[in-house]
Amino acid sequence: MALEKITQVAGRGVYVPGEDLDTDRIIPARFMKCITFDGLGEFAFYDARSFAKADGQVHPLDDERFQGASILLSGSNFGCGSSREHAPQALYRFGIRAIVAESFAEIFFGNSITLGMPCVIASSEDIRAIAALIESDPAAVLTLDLTEKKISIADTDFPVTIAAHAHEALVSGKWDAIADLLEGLDAVKSRANVLPYMAA
Amino acid sequence: MSKTLLDKVWEAHTVRTLPNGATQLLIGTHLIHEVTSPQAFGMLRDLGLKVLYPHRTFATVDHIVPTDERVEPFSDDLADAMIKALRQNCAENGITFFDLPTGKQGIVHIVGPEQGITQPGTTIACGDSHTSTHGAFGAIAFGIGTSQVRDVLATQTMALHKPKVRRVEVNGKLAPGVYAKDVILHIIRKLGVNGGLGYAYEFAGSTFDAFTQEERMTVCNMSIEGGARVGYVNPDNTTFEYLKGRPFAPKGADWDAAVARWKATASDADAKYDDVVTYNAADIAPTVTWGINPGQAIFIHEKVPFASEVPEKDRATAEEALAHMHLKSGAPIKGTKVDVAFLGSCTNGRLSDLQEVARHIKGRKVREGVKAIVVPGSQGVASVAESMGLAEIFRNAGFEWRGAGCSMCLGMNPDKLVGDQLCASSSNRNFKGRQGSPTGRTVLMSPLMVAAAAVTGEISDAREVFGVK
Ligand code: SF4
Repeated sequence: MALEKITQVAGRGVYVPGEDLDTDRIIPARFMKCITFDGLGEFAFYDARSFAKADGQVHPLDDERFQGASILLSGSNFGCGSSREHAPQALYRFGIRAIVAESFAEIFFGNSITLGMPCVIASSEDIRAIAALIESDPAAVLTLDLTEKKISIADTDFPVTIAAHAHEALVSGKWDAIADLLEGLDAVKSRANVLPYMAA
Repeated sequence: MSKTLLDKVWEAHTVRTLPNGATQLLIGTHLIHEVTSPQAFGMLRDLGLKVLYPHRTFATVDHIVPTDERVEPFSDDLADAMIKALRQNCAENGITFFDLPTGKQGIVHIVGPEQGITQPGTTIACGDSHTSTHGAFGAIAFGIGTSQVRDVLATQTMALHKPKVRRVEVNGKLAPGVYAKDVILHIIRKLGVNGGLGYAYEFAGSTFDAFTQEERMTVCNMSIEGGARVGYVNPDNTTFEYLKGRPFAPKGADWDAAVARWKATASDADAKYDDVVTYNAADIAPTVTWGINPGQAIFIHEKVPFASEVPEKDRATAEEALAHMHLKSGAPIKGTKVDVAFLGSCTNGRLSDLQEVARHIKGRKVREGVKAIVVPGSQGVASVAESMGLAEIFRNAGFEWRGAGCSMCLGMNPDKLVGDQLCASSSNRNFKGRQGSPTGRTVLMSPLMVAAAAVTGEISDAREVFGVK
């Protein structure tokens, strides 16, 4: 299974501020009553968006100025909570292709990488600075360069980090592990054979 | 020697190192449910792959099942499609399914241990973050996403990176009225909701040694709420006693051999840890949350904090939490009006939880205007509780006695909060919208504290309400 080598993601940005934005907020459980991931995109941050509307405000994801944005910026511990892959799936199907945050919850991070959606870490000052640049020019294109480990906007570069294994997986086109795992099936069987509880 | 349980289990299950440096780790036991598995079976079909070891995958249905009217078809078409999809996927692939008519259905993290499927020294995965629960048996258990469910179905392995290990020691005796739930809420309060990132938590110390197997499960269950994907307790006689005689536990000579193996998987006395933290059981009081993540917790006699009192990086979340919860900073949390009392979930829906509450609630009445429901974690728990007369005690007290499932823990079935109702809940997550209403409010606490809230109609100190000394 040849996968695309993901070295660069370019697109407009959208900033959804907040710490510990959990998976129930990214995709409320009531929208997980489904047997495919199709159609999840419209429910991304559903409640936060409707709250904003009810308050006469506009959630960044509904803001005209940021329509079509593909790089999401947020705070720390992004995606904490549930293991539901519905969360990164919903963001991906909404049109997000990369996330920049101060830190990520572990399961969410792994789920996102498996979809080929890079999650990179930047400092809170840099995230705010990028957010300010997006705010002043929503049409500006952000370029996340995984080879150079930087994100650029309006001629300004900001350093980003990403766990080495995830970086390697993305740039080498091996972000979905299934092909590698299948190659090891013989070794899997010999390992299983020595574990008594694996016996049929 | 000098190895932790995690080191040993990891070594025994390592298949090989993948080109990107990750370990291909054998997952001995795979648990699945209706929410996160249908897409994985779909992916298998798309790739033309088969389930490699069908006898090592076990299924149950928990998140979407109604807990009152359980005849099929369910009134909710989507829920009905989900149970049917699971039933069909299991039948087609030869997977054991603890379906509704089996009498063995229940929350996946209650069913695994109850059936004796969860065993020491094994690796377990499930498309659910509270899979850490199974660590209470000295298993290394991971919550995984749907693509990994596919990986495990097809290869019985996953690509993983070995976590660091933090030993979280709690020593001493808990005061009466203080429970395992208070211990884990306290640990998360201290270490933070992302303090466990990159770590497995090894829970140890004399408090854990004295804990029952079910108490250990309550603590391990919430490891993920502290950011640790894996949590475990070293297996000991308490563990073996619990497992003995359960349907999937080894029998006869196999049993003795298994116990010998299990003992050897415990961390060595001179094991090296990446970090160690220590707490005193005596310092822990009944704990309740005031906010929108499980780390925002205080003792029952404390006051709701001011946002300005919390560390700067947590301030914005604190403000958001106070606004969502409609709580007043500086006011006692005790006395806050409660609309709903929920007793259940994979954290606290086991027999011992129901027994402890029933013992105190006998002869008492749920306060008028409070909706109080008990949702046993499994059909197994329900039937034993019923035969012991616990259901009767709860009903007489004014609780609704329901069928087994996740229920109001996440509101994917008809059990949901309405509007901004405040729920005293024995579950594990107080995220905004978690209990089915976007504006609903959740206060996490131990089962007995939930009962106290049900009886008084407000957040109360169970020790005072029930005269626990
Ligand atoms: S009881 Fe709650 S936390 Fe446990 S598996 Fe069900 S929904 Fe998840």
